[in-house]
Amino acid sequence: MVEAVPAVARRQSLWGDAWQRLQRSRAAIVAASLLLLVCALALVGPWLSAYTVEQVDWTQATLATPPSLANGHWFGTDANGRDLFVRVWIGTRMSLLVAVLATIVSVVIGVAWGATAGYLGGRVDGWMMRFVDVLYALPYMFFVIILTVVFGRSLVLIFLAIGAVGWLTMARIVRGQALALRQREFVEAAIALGLPTATIIFRHIVPNVLGTVIVYATLTVPQVILFESFLSFLGLGVQEPLTSLGRLVAEGALEMESSPWLLLLPSAVLAIVLLCLNFLGDGLRDALDPRQAR
Amino acid sequence: MISEPVLQVRNLGVDFATSQGEVQAVSGVSFDVRPGECLAVVGESGSGKTQVLMACLGLLASNGTSRGSVRFAGRELLGASERALNVVRGTGIGLLSQDPLSSLTPHLRIETLLTEGLLDRGLATRAEAHERALQALAAVDIPEPAARLRQYPHELSGGMRQRVALAAALMCSPQLLFADEPTTALDVSVQARVLELLAGVRDRGVGVLIITHDLGVVAGLADRVAVMYCGRIVETATTDELFATPQHPYTAALLAAVPRLHGESQARLVGIPGDPPQPSARPAGCAFAPRCEYAIDRCTEVRPELVPAGRWADSVAAVCAPGASVACHRPLHQVAENP
Repeated sequence: MVEAVPAVARRQSLWGDAWQRLQRSRAAIVAASLLLLVCALALVGPWLSAYTVEQVDWTQATLATPPSLANGHWFGTDANGRDLFVRVWIGTRMSLLVAVLATIVSVVIGVAWGATAGYLGGRVDGWMMRFVDVLYALPYMFFVIILTVVFGRSLVLIFLAIGAVGWLTMARIVRGQALALRQREFVEAAIALGLPTATIIFRHIVPNVLGTVIVYATLTVPQVILFESFLSFLGLGVQEPLTSLGRLVAEGALEMESSPWLLLLPSAVLAIVLLCLNFLGDGLRDALDPRQAR
Repeated sequence: MISEPVLQVRNLGVDFATSQGEVQAVSGVSFDVRPGECLAVVGESGSGKTQVLMACLGLLASNGTSRGSVRFAGRELLGASERALNVVRGTGIGLLSQDPLSSLTPHLRIETLLTEGLLDRGLATRAEAHERALQALAAVDIPEPAARLRQYPHELSGGMRQRVALAAALMCSPQLLFADEPTTALDVSVQARVLELLAGVRDRGVGVLIITHDLGVVAGLADRVAVMYCGRIVETATTDELFATPQHPYTAALLAAVPRLHGESQARLVGIPGDPPQPSARPAGCAFAPRCEYAIDRCTEVRPELVPAGRWADSVAAVCAPGASVACHRPLHQVAENP
């Protein structure tokens, strides 16, 4: 389908155009709104409840009470009698934090690495991409496990470890685009202006790949959340009394038969976050790359 | 008129390593460009004219190598380091490329495109650069320069984009401007304005080297012309001489192929029979011989050198101006004398 081109030249940047196209995608807007709601709850949710994340409620008849509006445990309590509502939002906060920070780490390294390799080309490109291939060949999981074992478990390390392996695909995507872009005439014009290589890479090439990068990043976030959940599931992730969605799901799975809400509620939040991010990523891809027809 | 050339190209050759072996795209090309002078390099597609420019700026594709000598303001450019080249690029030699659509980085505002060369080198403060960008846009007749600076390339028309590209190429006040088919992508009315602007640039003392296949552009702008065929210069002359008394049969054929609105050739368009030989399979003799109606045996065996007209017999010198050179065994005045 050919999009109608307005006859009058609008004073609008490329990003402005993309924003308009994004607003036309209902799924993306719904996903973005839901995501904002989840983020808001992750920030303020714990304060809405009368309980704290580590507080055990001894006043109830059993430790694991089902969800109830009457006693203030809206999501019930876990096997240790702690309020699940607070723990779910604390966990969401942690999962999102890990996801966003690790994604930023992987975007920064991946874009810089890929753009440099793609623009310089030739032998430099060969070496830089072989290095990526070698890292790809290492078992991802072992790498992170060894890192956490050697350096001890800390939040910063989780960000770094996930980011450090997450940038590989990003580097490949950006490198492919940079290879194509460096043949373009505006890059030649920039060289002919005598601009230094770093300026050309970061001012003339990188902004051109940002669309792809943003799309891929929104799709990386759910991957990272899942990966962090997996690490937490193995007991290598976030430590008590802090928690993450992955941990909550892992703990809930243990009590699945006696107290199913412990599994269902954190899983539902996790599923909503992942679905929303994927829909948003799809919407962004359509908005930022209108030539790629669906 | 007799000032030191700002650009001296001597015996320039460009080779490309391809899967079919080494291909000579350009060989034995020599010319000078003086300040305030416009030299046009004319030739059909594939004659290697663009590669001459690219070699001068060190912008050849990675499988290309250059031979010979290119001296800009006394400095050798061939084999110079990237650092040395980056000093010359922009500040010494500006490049105006063919397609204004694709030569401006799409996501940058006009202001950034114009000022980055100055700002990156620390040649001006942000405020000064802004001032100079305004002046540069005004100098290429762009209305409302202040508003244009905030716009993006896609918001401008084709002609305006090419003028912005010209302004960008001139921002760092280069001594020499390379224009690679600057009017090919533009419609005729816009072409004329761009050519006027280029003439203005030349008149301000900048040397202009223009690459084109459009003889109309040559007639309007160039002081001297070099005609290229299959990677070699086959004839050089001042523009007036070239149009009045072309000596190389190829030049004559090119001139005859220009469509005319008046006169006796109104009836039919005249083409040049045959195709140029493949760069990988060029004949030993004159590359034009297979298509040349005046060719003799010697033409296919011995490649004619580019000889200044003054070195010919007296009768020739009388016909040609002293600056002209031709690479031909049977330049047209000889054909005229003994057909």
